[in-house]
Amino acid sequence: MSLNQNILVKLKQAGFRINGKWLVKGVSLEIERGKIVTLIGPNGSGKSTTAKIALGIYKKIDGEVEKYTNKVGYVPQKISIDWTLPLRVNDFMVLTENLKDEAINEALSLTGVIHLKDKNLGDLSGGEFQRVLLARAISKKPDLLVLDEPVQGVDFTGEIALYELIKKISDELNCGILLISHDLHTVMSATDHVVCLNGHVCCSGSPIDVAKNNEYKALFGEQASQILTRYKHSHDHIHTNEGEIKKN
Amino acid sequence: MFDDFFIRALVAGLGIAFVTGPLGCFVIWRRLSYFGDTLAHSALLGVTLAYTLEFNIALSVFIISSLIALILIQLQKRTNLPGDALLGLLAHSSLAVGLVVIGFLTFIRFDIMGLLFGDILAVTADDLLIIWIGGPLILLILKLIWKPLFASTVNYELAEAEGLNPDRAKAIFTILMAGIIAISIKMVGLLLITGMLIIPAAMARNISSSPQSMVIYSVLGGLLSVILGLFTSLQFNTSSGPSIIAASLFLFILSLVKIKQSIKLKN
Repeated sequence: MSLNQNILVKLKQAGFRINGKWLVKGVSLEIERGKIVTLIGPNGSGKSTTAKIALGIYKKIDGEVEKYTNKVGYVPQKISIDWTLPLRVNDFMVLTENLKDEAINEALSLTGVIHLKDKNLGDLSGGEFQRVLLARAISKKPDLLVLDEPVQGVDFTGEIALYELIKKISDELNCGILLISHDLHTVMSATDHVVCLNGHVCCSGSPIDVAKNNEYKALFGEQASQILTRYKHSHDHIHTNEGEIKKN
Repeated sequence: MFDDFFIRALVAGLGIAFVTGPLGCFVIWRRLSYFGDTLAHSALLGVTLAYTLEFNIALSVFIISSLIALILIQLQKRTNLPGDALLGLLAHSSLAVGLVVIGFLTFIRFDIMGLLFGDILAVTADDLLIIWIGGPLILLILKLIWKPLFASTVNYELAEAEGLNPDRAKAIFTILMAGIIAISIKMVGLLLITGMLIIPAAMARNISSSPQSMVIYSVLGGLLSVILGLFTSLQFNTSSGPSIIAASLFLFILSLVKIKQSIKLKN
């Protein structure tokens, strides 16, 4: 066991290659309870691969993975479901674990798709399906949530609401979250630890540290590093229900 | 009012239908029709070995079919040939070897037609015992591996990531397939077993909206096919296998009418 009881998954110099070609190499990171770790990086930089290494889907890896929990919820980036299966949303919710009806309803309500419960999975739109995927992952109250672009295809307001939900879940369930996202605004505001990948770990640390890093600027451009300052600026006050503005 | 042999055949057939129903759904969902065919073809080799060594047919078929499944998995790992080519290779070579061995067994009276297409006269009390012990056993094991098997059928990576061990479930399922082929070969015949697996399940797909209901309809369709098929077989003196499969085809066609209606309703 690890000395730190809060650690859920630990990658030590982990890497994965297919036919001699490295998809990702030398990744070290830890996911702790109650913390959100985010992977960022351009297309093909090995974000999904890193997630699959952490999940134990890839077995012949270099380096080491230590996984201290089996209660995992996973939202994959791509999922191909064969429609020869007659599958309703309700059947999909209990795919990997038997759940009480209340737990199913609660999760579907949280992601705003409770009205789709008896619909055929094949009849959902991309955004609706994405919400169902997220509901399924959180419904089993996992220790570890791995979310690979969880809000792709979701409408703009829904996107914000779902990211808030993810943050809330991490606090309420005290679970660790590995998040992959292209939305730098979210990454920089809601996460505890950022790992910037480009086939290997370019830089990592708190969002503030990463935003200052030159390699990050090289990958995402000067503008991206200003997101954080802008974000900080815009959120140094709260809007109360009465419409007043309170300084933090 | 019926002869003993007919009652035996009916009891045997119904026992088989209970098992082919759920297994057949997985054969369709996982696209394993040709895999089922391959195992069934290899069963001929099992039967001939059973005759040569004076061994129980069901057990011998079970062993050979499991062996062929293992060889298939190894070939998939070690060659670059596509899956369907490997299946064809194993299916036809094991069928051929089986037939060649039969050629040498001139001292035994062999009912090739019965072997290929099933023979209700051939069902003995021992066979009933094997079906009604083996069948429930297969169903019990299937129930135990249902969760990981079904989850990995929907999506392998989800099942693997969330700790369900899909590879083990798949291996066990393969053995269950060999098991159902072993217990049903006398009744349905080795050329038609895959039909018994997939046609009632295909019929069920047409009229069901959830995996559970598809399994139930598939079992019901199988039971009905056996009853209809065996009565036809008795009436017209046809082989039992083709009669049962033809009955299931009839049910499948009926289920198409139901689809047509529901499409009309939608519009």
